[in-house]
Amino acid sequence: MSFFRNVGRMLLPAAVLAVGLALWELVVRVNDIQPYVLPSPSAVFQTLVSDWPVLSESLGVTLLTTLQGFIAAAVGGIALALLFNQSKWLEYSLFPYAVILQVTPVIAIAPLLLIYLPQQTAVVVCAWIVGFFPVLSNTSLGLNSVDRNLAGLFQLYGASRLQTLRYLKLPAALPFILGGLRIAGGLSLIGAVVAEIAAGTAGAGSGLAFRIAESGYRLNIPRMFAALLLLSVAGIVIYGVLALVSHLVLRRWHESALGKEN
Amino acid sequence: MAESALSETDVDAAGLAVRLRDATKVYDNGVSALGPLDLDVAKGEFVALLGPSGCGKSTALRLMAGLSAPSSGTVNVSHKGDGRHPIGFVFQEPTLMPWANVRENVRLPLKLSHVPAAETAARIDEALAQVGLAEFADAFPRELSGGMKMRVSLARALVTDPDILLMDEPFAALDEITRFRLNNDLLALWRDLDKTVVFVTHSVFESVYLSQRVIVMTARPGRISAEFRIETAEPRAEEFRTSAEYAGYCREVSKALAPSYSGPRSA
Repeated sequence: MSFFRNVGRMLLPAAVLAVGLALWELVVRVNDIQPYVLPSPSAVFQTLVSDWPVLSESLGVTLLTTLQGFIAAAVGGIALALLFNQSKWLEYSLFPYAVILQVTPVIAIAPLLLIYLPQQTAVVVCAWIVGFFPVLSNTSLGLNSVDRNLAGLFQLYGASRLQTLRYLKLPAALPFILGGLRIAGGLSLIGAVVAEIAAGTAGAGSGLAFRIAESGYRLNIPRMFAALLLLSVAGIVIYGVLALVSHLVLRRWHESALGKEN
Repeated sequence: MAESALSETDVDAAGLAVRLRDATKVYDNGVSALGPLDLDVAKGEFVALLGPSGCGKSTALRLMAGLSAPSSGTVNVSHKGDGRHPIGFVFQEPTLMPWANVRENVRLPLKLSHVPAAETAARIDEALAQVGLAEFADAFPRELSGGMKMRVSLARALVTDPDILLMDEPFAALDEITRFRLNNDLLALWRDLDKTVVFVTHSVFESVYLSQRVIVMTARPGRISAEFRIETAEPRAEEFRTSAEYAGYCREVSKALAPSYSGPRSA
């Protein structure tokens, strides 16, 4: 029963995709729509193959930016949460600004950053800005979700602050941290793309978003679709990798990684 | 902790494990939870604190453990000063670290007291053997039953070889069969290991079965309302549970407990 349900869960979306692509292809061919209006899926795929040298280089640039932004977000978010956890005063002083940074749309911040920072730095900073808040807030939540009795036990045996942090708070916060990282991965990609778009063709960048903007000006619509497809796939892969890491780390003990049978 | 009239070594010299004098606890929100309470627990004694929910018996236990300080009065716990941690604590829930296996959970007190790794392995094995879990060292808490988790919790309390074991309704959440078995195992451990046990419970039957002395407490703020010595042929076993003598003690203790149950309702 569950086997068929699992197969069904994989087959159904695939079938929807196939039907959708076939319809799209059919509409384009029957109506003889020009590729600069709406390219057929096969034309997009052909472009993906023929433009692969250009597109793959852009993909590399965007992925590198995303990775840098993600690492900065992960390190910054976790470090800041640890500092906040150790000092309430620091938390009271700085937390509002973290919120402000989060609620201000990054698309509005990006042009300013591009004025004051070298372009590559500005793009990474954008990726960092959108990625770091989920890590910060999730880690904070995790560090404060420690079992009260376990905390009492650590107190009873005279645990130092560092011991409490290392053996109690960090492991207890781990599922929350991994959840935050999972969100931050996708957001870093969005931040990188937003900054690339803001930088536009004026910049020296050559990321995927830059390719999309550039192809738009040249009415190279198939390439726009191909670049968009690569961005989506990149986002899916990033999410998948982080979900897998989370599962592997937590599978022995955390509810989220356990089968329903347990 | 408040200023103590008696030092830890004086308490030790007097043959006592724990001494409370006029100990009270008033929480920050103004609720008076405990006392004033006078209580002496002799070394090697098994004492049960019995009372209705919220009578401050757990608070008394936390004072003894040093997990909270008395608002007034003194709390002294004998301390040999030989580097061993004097107290083991067993909570109402197993309170295990879900991310660590049984061995690592039991290792925790040793790790926190910086016991060299070379020494820990043997002591962990010994503690696990004492609670009958030697074969489950590599299991994770989620793979264990409620009773087994409680055994791990007990092994963790025993691993530092403390003189005093403080237990806060440890078996309250278990089914009766498991609870009876753990009662018997705990009694056997107490006889073999020569520990002082202070056992908090709200079960008359459990308190009479386990302890040498049952201390009945009133509703909040908790005070001692009666005290019973349970004198019977040792070692106790299942026969005691079904004996007339046991039933008699239970009746007496229940009678003493009755007023504290009507207390909060009439107030």
